[in-house]
Amino acid sequence: MERLKEYIEQVKKKENPESYLIAILHKAQELFGYLDRSVMDEVADSMNIPTAHIWGVATFYHYFNLKPKGKHVISVCLGTACYVKGADDVLNAIKEELKIGVGGTTEDNLFSLAEARCLGACGIAPVVMIDDKIYGELTPKKIKEIIRSYRKK
Amino acid sequence: MAKIKVFINDKPYEVEDNQTIMQAADTVGFKIPRLCYHPRLSIEGACRVCIVEVYGQKNYVASCSFPVADGMKIYTETKELRRARRDIVELILDNHPQDCHTCERDSNCELQRLAYSMGIKKRHFEGERKKYQKDVSSTSVVRDPNKCILCGRCVRICSELQKVSALGHAHRGFKTVVMPAYDLPFTETVCTACGQCINVCPTAAFVEKNYTQDVFEKLDDKSLLKAVQIAPSVRAAIGEAFGLPPGTNMEKQLAAAMRKLGFDYVFDTQFGADLTIMEEASEFLERLQGKGKLPMITSCSAAWMKCMEQFHPDLIDNISTCKSPMSMMGALLKTYFPAKLKREPKEVFSVAVMCCTAKKYESARPELVVDGLRGVDTVITTREAAWMIKSVGIDLVNIKGEEFDAPLGLSSGAGAIFGTTGGVMEAAIRTAYELYTGETLVNIEVDGIRGMKGIKEGKLMMDGKEIRVAVAHGLGNAADLLDIARKEPDRFHFIEIMGCPGGCIGGGGQPYSGINSIPLDEACLAKRAQALYDLDRNKTIRRSHENPDIQRVYKDFLGRPLSPMAHKLLHTHYAKKEPRGIISRNIKAR
Repeated sequence: MERLKEYIEQVKKKENPESYLIAILHKAQELFGYLDRSVMDEVADSMNIPTAHIWGVATFYHYFNLKPKGKHVISVCLGTACYVKGADDVLNAIKEELKIGVGGTTEDNLFSLAEARCLGACGIAPVVMIDDKIYGELTPKKIKEIIRSYRKK
Repeated sequence: MAKIKVFINDKPYEVEDNQTIMQAADTVGFKIPRLCYHPRLSIEGACRVCIVEVYGQKNYVASCSFPVADGMKIYTETKELRRARRDIVELILDNHPQDCHTCERDSNCELQRLAYSMGIKKRHFEGERKKYQKDVSSTSVVRDPNKCILCGRCVRICSELQKVSALGHAHRGFKTVVMPAYDLPFTETVCTACGQCINVCPTAAFVEKNYTQDVFEKLDDKSLLKAVQIAPSVRAAIGEAFGLPPGTNMEKQLAAAMRKLGFDYVFDTQFGADLTIMEEASEFLERLQGKGKLPMITSCSAAWMKCMEQFHPDLIDNISTCKSPMSMMGALLKTYFPAKLKREPKEVFSVAVMCCTAKKYESARPELVVDGLRGVDTVITTREAAWMIKSVGIDLVNIKGEEFDAPLGLSSGAGAIFGTTGGVMEAAIRTAYELYTGETLVNIEVDGIRGMKGIKEGKLMMDGKEIRVAVAHGLGNAADLLDIARKEPDRFHFIEIMGCPGGCIGGGGQPYSGINSIPLDEACLAKRAQALYDLDRNKTIRRSHENPDIQRVYKDFLGRPLSPMAHKLLHTHYAKKEPRGIISRNIKAR
């Protein structure tokens, strides 16, 4: 929180500091990984911006996470090549396995699910990226097994 | 202001420069349909209902935001335009619940009126419906996002006029919802319960928490002693709900209607106002003599009190400890009144008809409980009272008027003007002057503090001492005035604040605006205020301390103003509340 406060103090020296709200929220997300209520309250307090307004900005942009990300982030490629090769079925299998939707995080905080556009691995479509590792030529059955292997880790 | 020539529907008109097409068209008699527009709020341009054709422009333009220019050719009605507007309204309707006949705003809904005037006779589109939980947590305001059409008027009035900013637009696209920060229930937010969101909402996305069934049930209970009090500004506005012009005084008809509804005793909150003045004027004089902080700030407005506790807790010591007229009345209704009738306090069911939604919140404040009982058991708004009267088939317009009951029904003119901005100050001056100087104030109508200006200042001489006063209405104006008072602590001795635009007459519980009028229209507010000033002028007793029933209640029961008994029943205290309110200095009303 101290580093966020420092950043806000710098911003406040600029002209029209309130126009830096998005930049401040980016900084907060960089520092904490997501925006929780205490962080938004702090921004509201120090910038003198009503919380309802900050909440509006934080919920408008998809980039901002309002909950902590899971330990592993699963990105499902829904680019054209993956899509025609059945990425949709893969995505549904993941949703079924984890019981969360896109943008969600499992209750045990182990997995977060995200959509991705082309990951540049069309040759092995459909692909899924877990953290920084690519898995290709997937089927619903295969991806479920992979997820289970992460659970055991 | 420079005049320019424009053509509207091929006819030439001279209009003022520096206005929008909508404003210009209004002045020459073309009322362009509109929805998200409100004259006192910033331009949102969200609904697109007010589109017009401007020669040379590729697309239709929103007339609420597009400025006029010399020689401009504007078309407000063409076949294509009518069709486009109708489609826009149809698209708003396509995900709106189809429950008009069970909706609180049925026959009072701007969207319903608009659909009718557009000639929409069937639904061409069936869109996805919204399925959100209603927020019923608040004692005062209910939020139903399913009925929201995202016009944003509530968000703007809350942040621009009230500077409370309890509401915002969250999420995006179809999933956009007007909500408080973090989607919290109202009870956990900075919402002051003022109800202005209800006033400006075109649909039923915001309505008051309805207590009419509770009142009907209690009215049937033969073991209870049913007493009702009626606030000053209710009588100045309730006629509008029955088709009468704004400012029609319905005082006597209301008293009669309340008895027909089944109340055993009909009292006047104006009596409570007279009592407030006795206490508040005395408190002011004590503070003037060094006992307590100056400037003293009034405490009658329930929304203002909640606002103060969250936004201005640094001023708690400046706030008068007096309860509001409603709550002073409530305290007497559970003590003095049953004692006089030799009945038990708990047998009394005390209802208040108020122009206000925040009074519902106030009546439930634990600080106001006396001997384990709430002074006011239930608060209903002017709108709820109008509905009850209609619902049981009472003809309010033609009913024979009746008087209020004794001993809590007789009031002075000072009590009447409590309902309008500047009224509490004026009433207090009338009594404080006499208490301080021992002489009667001759010129009792204090002009500088009347009228609809946001912040008003006035001064008077009391025994050679200059007393400087200030008045603000609307919580936004209040914030601005308090900033001045913080910077110059000696500038004012006495400050009156009312939470709503125009004071109580513009309260969040007043009748919805009729056809061809806009909520919070200043001309309408001024007429309601005038009704109260006329009431005052027509009374022989115009000073609270001259009210014989007030004198009697002190003689028989309370002793004197600020006595221990008065303190127990008529005074209260305030405390800082969370979450802290944040006033953005960058949001401005028009």
